[in-house]
Amino acid sequence: MPVSKETLDEIALSRAEYEAIVERLGREPNSLELGMFGSMWSEHCGYKHSKLLLKRLPSKSPRMLVTPGAENAGVVDIGDGLAIVMKIESHNHPSAVEPFQGAATGVGGIVRDIFAMGARPIALLNSLRFGPLDEAQNRNLFGGVVRGISWYGNCIGVPDVGGEVSFSSSYSNNPLINAMCVGLVEKDRMVRASASGKGNLLILVGADTGRDGIHGASGLASRTFEEEREMRPTVQVGNPFMEKVLIEACLEALDTGHILAMQDLGAAGLTSTIVESVARSGSGAIINIGRAPRREEGMTPYEVMLSESQERMLVVVSGENEEAVRQVFDKWDLESTVIGEVTEDGLVSIYDGDSLVASLPVDVLTDPPLYSLQGVMPAYMEETRSFDLQALPLPTEKPESILLRLLSFPDIADKEWIFRQYDHQVQTNTLQAPGGDAAVLRIKGTGKGIALTTDGNGRYCYLDPFVGAAIAVAEACRNLACVGAEPLALTDCLNFGNPERPDVYYQLEQCVDGIASACEALGVPVISGNVSLYNETRGVAIWPTPVLGALGLLEDAEKRCTTAFKDEGDVVVLLGAAEVSDDAQSLAGSVFLEVVHEKVAGVPSIDLELEVKVQCLCRRAIEDGLLRSAHDCADGGLAVSLAESCVAGGIGFVGSLPLGGRWDAALFGEAQSRIVVSVAPDGLPVLEKLALEQGVPLVQLGSVGGAIFSIPQLMSLPVDELGAAWKGGLKKALD
Amino acid sequence: MRFGIVVFPGTWSDGDCYHVVKSVLGQDARYVWHKDRDVSGLDCLILPGGFSYGDYLRTGAIARFSPVMDEVERFADRGGLVIGICNGFQILCEAGLLPGVLTRNDHVQFRCQWVDLRVENPSTQFTSECRQGQVLSIPISHGEGNYYADPDTLASLNANGQVVFRYCNPQGETTTDANPNGSLENIAGIINERGNVLGMMPHPERCCEEALGGTDGRFIFESILQMVAV
Repeated sequence: MPVSKETLDEIALSRAEYEAIVERLGREPNSLELGMFGSMWSEHCGYKHSKLLLKRLPSKSPRMLVTPGAENAGVVDIGDGLAIVMKIESHNHPSAVEPFQGAATGVGGIVRDIFAMGARPIALLNSLRFGPLDEAQNRNLFGGVVRGISWYGNCIGVPDVGGEVSFSSSYSNNPLINAMCVGLVEKDRMVRASASGKGNLLILVGADTGRDGIHGASGLASRTFEEEREMRPTVQVGNPFMEKVLIEACLEALDTGHILAMQDLGAAGLTSTIVESVARSGSGAIINIGRAPRREEGMTPYEVMLSESQERMLVVVSGENEEAVRQVFDKWDLESTVIGEVTEDGLVSIYDGDSLVASLPVDVLTDPPLYSLQGVMPAYMEETRSFDLQALPLPTEKPESILLRLLSFPDIADKEWIFRQYDHQVQTNTLQAPGGDAAVLRIKGTGKGIALTTDGNGRYCYLDPFVGAAIAVAEACRNLACVGAEPLALTDCLNFGNPERPDVYYQLEQCVDGIASACEALGVPVISGNVSLYNETRGVAIWPTPVLGALGLLEDAEKRCTTAFKDEGDVVVLLGAAEVSDDAQSLAGSVFLEVVHEKVAGVPSIDLELEVKVQCLCRRAIEDGLLRSAHDCADGGLAVSLAESCVAGGIGFVGSLPLGGRWDAALFGEAQSRIVVSVAPDGLPVLEKLALEQGVPLVQLGSVGGAIFSIPQLMSLPVDELGAAWKGGLKKALD
Repeated sequence: MRFGIVVFPGTWSDGDCYHVVKSVLGQDARYVWHKDRDVSGLDCLILPGGFSYGDYLRTGAIARFSPVMDEVERFADRGGLVIGICNGFQILCEAGLLPGVLTRNDHVQFRCQWVDLRVENPSTQFTSECRQGQVLSIPISHGEGNYYADPDTLASLNANGQVVFRYCNPQGETTTDANPNGSLENIAGIINERGNVLGMMPHPERCCEEALGGTDGRFIFESILQMVAV
C-alpha cells in the first residue's frame, strides 16, 4: 500500500527519502519501522543537512579522549588522571511551545548525556535568546524559561555557573534555549555508549515510558514554529527528582565495575538509544517492548519505541552481573527492567510479546542521505554591507546619557535577577560565580581550576556569518583568557533557520567555516555539539546564531583574575590596540548602533592573528601575577567595559587619554581583540616589556581611583550611578 | 569527633558537608543512608540540604517517614547534636523535632545569594564560638525558607532564646529588606528547647574556605567541635 503524504509529513520524511528506504530494505517498511526511520533520519538524529559541514570543524587535540560524535559528549584530559566531559544542546522548539517544561527538560537531557559517560555533572551554563522584553509574550517566555531552568537545575544539585542572555526581535517567536553541561570523571572510569557482546543484557532504568514527546525528534526539530503550535503533546514533562536519583544510582552502579555501556534516552527515545548504541559496535539487538514499564495501558509498540519520556537510561551488563547491578538501582528505588539483549546480526528486532513488530538493519537506520546545497548569500546582506557607517551623524545625545542607556540595555545589564534564582554554589567548587567574564571552578584534590563560558553573537553573524562565527569563538576564548585560563576545547550549538533554503544554508556553511578558521588560529578543537535547524516563523529565519561553549584550564586556580578594578592608583591599560581608534567602522553590528540609531548594519571584522597574541599576553600576564583585573572589551565597547570594571570593584576610573574625533566610535565601537586590564604602577614596565616581546600593541587609558568614572572632555559620572543603571536594567525591562 | 551525614534520595549537600568535615576540619565522617538505622559511634548528625523526594508534596514531608528519622529522634533524645541545614531544617520541622514550618518564599522565587545573619544566642552548642550580635555572612539557596510559627510558639521561642539566627543587614539590623524570604521576624535558624537540635536555612558548609568567598560557616562547625571536646 503506497504511503500517504500525510504520513510522511507527520514524520518529516520526503517522498525520495521514503523511496530510498524501500530500495535499501527491499520492501515497504511497516508503520512502526517507518516511524523509526522518521526519527533516525531526522535532522536531530541524522544531521542530514549539517553532517558534511560539521566535518570541517577542527577536532584534533592531544588532550581529546574520544572522537567527536562517537560518544554522548566530548572528553578532554586535564591531567591528574581526570577528564572533563562537556556538551551543549538546544531545546528551542519545546521551550517555544511550553517554556517552563521545555527549558527544564533541556537541562535534564544535557545532564544525562554527561553522566551517561560516567562523569559527575559539575556545572551547567545556559545561552538564552528572546525577543525584546517590552512584548508580553517574550516576558512570559523569558520568565518561564528561567523558572524551568531554576526548578530543574536546583533540584538535581548541579550548580548553574554562567552563560549569556540576549534579546532581539529576531527571536521573538523563536527563543533560543541552549543548555550546556560539564562533568568530571576519572579517566579510567569513563563509560562508553557502545553496546556489544552477544547475549549481553539491555536494561532500561528510571522513569516509566509514557505517551509524551512522541515525534519530538522528527517533528519538533524538523518543523518550523507555526506548524507545531498544534503539537503541544510533543513537549516532554520533567521530573528532576528522578533525574537526581538516576545520577546517583548510575554513578554508584558504575562502582560495581560491571557496567559495559550506558546510553541515555533522549530525542527519539528507545529507538535512537538502542540503534545508536549498537551501531557504534556494529552489533544488533533484540528488544521485547512488552517488558518496558509504561505509565498507561494500551500504548502501541509505536508509542513505546518513539516516546520521549524523560529520566530514562539504558545500561548494558552481562547476564552474570545483572543482579549486582540491579541491586544498586533497587537501593535507590529505581525500576530496572531487562528489555532485550545484544546480538551480532546487525539488526534491531523489536518484539511485542511473541510477535515480531519491526526488524531493521542498523546500518540503514544510521545512514540517512546527506545533503549539501549550493548556498546563496541572503539578499539583505547587500544592503547591510553597503551601509555607510562613516556617514552616521555624531549623536546629539550626551555620551554620559548613552553610556547609562547601554549599561541598562538588557543584553549588557547585570544578570543577577536571573542567576540568583539558580543555585550556583552547590558542590562548593565555584570560585568565580556568574557575572565574571568566565566562571571558574576548582577541581578538588588538585590546585587546578577550570574556566567555563558560552558565547554567541547573532547580530554579527547576521551581518557576516563567517566573521561573526569567528568572533564568537574568539570571544569565548578571550573570556577564558581574562580569568587566566588556557582554552582547551569548545562545544557548539548551531541555531539556524530552514537549511533547505539556499540563503540559510549559506549562513550555516559560512558560520561553520568561520568557527573552523578561528579554532585553527587559536588551536582549539570542537569536541561536541548539536544543531538546531528550522528556527523560523512565517518564512523568516532567526539570525544565524552559533553558540560556543568553551572550556579552559588554570594550572593554579589561585591565580585567577577578575573583572573588578582593585586599588587606588592602579594603571588601566588597553591590550590589543596602540590607540583608541575612532574609526566609525568599529560601530558595525554594535549595541550602540542598535540602541542609539536603531540599525543593525555594517560589516564586523576580526584579525585572528592579533587575537591569538592578545589572549596569550593576557594569560601570561595573569600567570605572572601582573594583572589586578582583566575584562573583555565586547558588547557596548570600551566605555561599557571600563564602567563594568568600576562597578564590579566599587571604585572609580580617571581617564587620562583624550578621545577626539568620533567619540561615539571611540567609546562604544566594538573593535575585537581588546582587553581592559589594570596593573600596579610598578608592574606597568614589566607588562609593557612583555607586550613588546609578544608583539601586542597596548595603550594607557588612565588610572583606578575615587568614586567617579571620568573620561576627559566626554564624561564624568559617579560609579554609583553607573552601578544603578547596570544593576537595574533587566528588572526595569521586566516591569 | 565523628559526624554522620544523612542521605535521603534527593539530598545534594551531603558531599559538601562531608568535604568540610573531613578535608577542612580534619574530622571523621560517614554517610548514613536514609533506610539505615545505625547511627552508632556518631557525635553529631547533619541533615544536609537538597530536595528530598523532590519536595513535590511539601518540603521534608516524605523524608520524615524514612527509617533513619526514628534514629535521629532517639539520637536527639539521648542528647546527641543534630544540625539540619536547608532541606534538613525543613525535615526536622516536619518530623516535629523543631517547631514551626518553612513555607514558600514570599516572592515565590528561588534564591541563591549571600545573606547576613545576626547571632541571637551565642550560648548554644552550635554558636559558642560566636559573639552576641555578631554578623555572619553565609549563603542561602532555597525556594521555601519562609519560617512560620503560631504566635504562642513564636513567643516561647523568643522567651527561651531558641531563635539562634536572624537575617540582618551588614550593620546587624533585622530590616525587612534584609529578609530574603519573608520569614517571620527574620528568623533564619532556631534550636529546640533542650538546645541540641539546630535548624537553619543558610548553608554554613558553603563558606568554610576563603576561596569560596568567606569562612563564617566555620564558627558553627568549630562551636560543635568545642562542645564535643568538652
